[in-house]
Amino acid sequence: MEKTGGQLQLSIPPIATKTISTLFTIVITMVGLLFITFIIGRVMPVDPVLAIVGERASQAQYDEAYVSLGLDKPLLVQFLIYLNDVFHGNLGESIRTGMPVFDDIKRFFPATMELATIGTLIGIVVGIPLGVLAAVKRGTWIDQTARFVALIGYSIPVFWIGLVGLLIFYGILGWVGGPGRLDIFYDDVVPTVTGMILIDSLLAGDFEVFSNAFSHIVLPACILGYYSLAYISRMTRSFMLEQLSSEYVTAARVKGLSEARVIWQHAFRNIGVQLITVVALSYAGLLEGSVLTEIIFSWPGIGSYITTSLLSADMAAVLGGTVIVGLVFVCLNVLSDVLYRLLDPRSK
Amino acid sequence: MSLVQQTEKQNMRAWLLAEVPTSRHHARMAAWYQNWLALKRNTLAMAGLGILVAVIIIAIFAPILAPHDPFTQDLANRLKPLGFADHLLGTDSLGRDILSRLLYGSRITLYIVTLVAIIAPIMGLIVGTISGYVGGWVDVVLMRITDIFLAFPKLVLALAFVAALGAGIENAVLAISLTAWPPYARIARAETLTIRKSDFIQAIKLQGAGPIRIITKHIWPLCISSIVIRVTLDMAGVILTAAGLGFLGLGAQPPSPEWGAMISGGRKFILDHWWVATMPGIAIFMVSLAFNLLGDGLRDVLDPKESGR
Repeated sequence: MEKTGGQLQLSIPPIATKTISTLFTIVITMVGLLFITFIIGRVMPVDPVLAIVGERASQAQYDEAYVSLGLDKPLLVQFLIYLNDVFHGNLGESIRTGMPVFDDIKRFFPATMELATIGTLIGIVVGIPLGVLAAVKRGTWIDQTARFVALIGYSIPVFWIGLVGLLIFYGILGWVGGPGRLDIFYDDVVPTVTGMILIDSLLAGDFEVFSNAFSHIVLPACILGYYSLAYISRMTRSFMLEQLSSEYVTAARVKGLSEARVIWQHAFRNIGVQLITVVALSYAGLLEGSVLTEIIFSWPGIGSYITTSLLSADMAAVLGGTVIVGLVFVCLNVLSDVLYRLLDPRSK
Repeated sequence: MSLVQQTEKQNMRAWLLAEVPTSRHHARMAAWYQNWLALKRNTLAMAGLGILVAVIIIAIFAPILAPHDPFTQDLANRLKPLGFADHLLGTDSLGRDILSRLLYGSRITLYIVTLVAIIAPIMGLIVGTISGYVGGWVDVVLMRITDIFLAFPKLVLALAFVAALGAGIENAVLAISLTAWPPYARIARAETLTIRKSDFIQAIKLQGAGPIRIITKHIWPLCISSIVIRVTLDMAGVILTAAGLGFLGLGAQPPSPEWGAMISGGRKFILDHWWVATMPGIAIFMVSLAFNLLGDGLRDVLDPKESGR
């Protein structure tokens, strides 16, 4: 950006058009997302009313739902009504809990976020150094081990490793708390502020609840963390290899800099921005991975919510959950994209 | 091996390794053989291939290999441990032989994997090549749709599809395919864009070939190798998703010996009778690991610029 007015004016439009086109892309993606859930909910089931009110509904309930869904109107009008509802936070009512789906999700979401956040933290703390080490020691047994660790992470069913983990660490060794977020007598001891028990208990200064919550979260978080670290370490390795083979690294070495300085100060600093994208993707992946993990650990998060609703044929809840997870996915992608542009000087 | 056979084999090898191919068929065969030799040097990939071949053989000969009927219940001998009587891997909560159920279950896994490996790439190929070849607003619309599907987390979208379609193997296959096609469309589009402008396509056009002929006969064959690598790498994920749906009771229905459903059946007994849920998990792990190993090796051979990732 230059000082003279003329050039400044010239350099603004591309940024503005880029912002507008990005916003446009986001809006289109979100509308498309809602269109798919709309199709899944209204068009794919043989009888969408039955799918929403459930098989035990009376004829009166059925008729009421038929009209309130607007099924007598054309499909496009139905979709616009649906869009309008969603933008006003109305995702329908769950027949299982009898509450608005949106309120349900607000209650269940923090548990998932707590789990996914800690999982990602584990992935970052272990995965990045492992990836750097594997790249630096390329071809040695360390590299092979890192590769194998990642391959196993890509190949193990998450619900199975959860069960085996419960069997070993809870059933046999008794090191961790069992399923659930807290032991039953700690329920509702601390007031809900963020919905994340680890934070809420610290805010209330109740360390007993904190340690109990910690003993419950440690196993599922470590399992999700393992998946996260498998992905993060692989990507870190490949980014680092790219940097280490470039000429500026050779130049730094020739200058006589210590190996640690070359790796961390020179090469690693250049992959930071790429890593942000990877971490965001891995976080989004964990939100998804938590669906099955939550079932195993009876963790009252969004994944449990979607699947238990599914098993009781509660379509509004399933679709509401799907929409929210999809939107969070899109937001994370956009966020990582924006951060990338802001932080990487090459993209300016 | 007789001398004649040996020389015949050497001749074959020499023919396959010839520097100058004598025909189009010869060149193709030689390229395949070179790739095969490169893959053979990769021990882990060969281990993966070995496991997969073994699983296919097991699936074909399950009735011969299985010591018991996978559906016969024997409530007197329920939840028996490993090696009880002639139940090598014990029995489940209905007294059915776990080993036999695992062997039969390989059929279901391969059935799902094969169908998804056919349906999803074909969907992706059609969307991607049309998008890349036609260009313009068709390209914009198709790629937008692809991005929207990519924006959904796969398992959650598959769950929603199954919720709408109803539980069952075929619906699980459909749901997984509907979530798996976008990456293939992206790959096919990228390949098409690079091929579209090349001289040989112009030459075919001058000969009067229409778009459908160009896409199916000339562009598709060139997209195959990158798609095959991606399919192999994705199959591990497909197995895990299928097993996850089975675990949730949305895939294969009881009494079918689907591995994910077997884990779910053993979940209640995990603390006292660990083997019921553990054994099917090992089977799933082995097969998806095999696909990952083979996929990694194939990528190294067929796509060197991407290797090591």
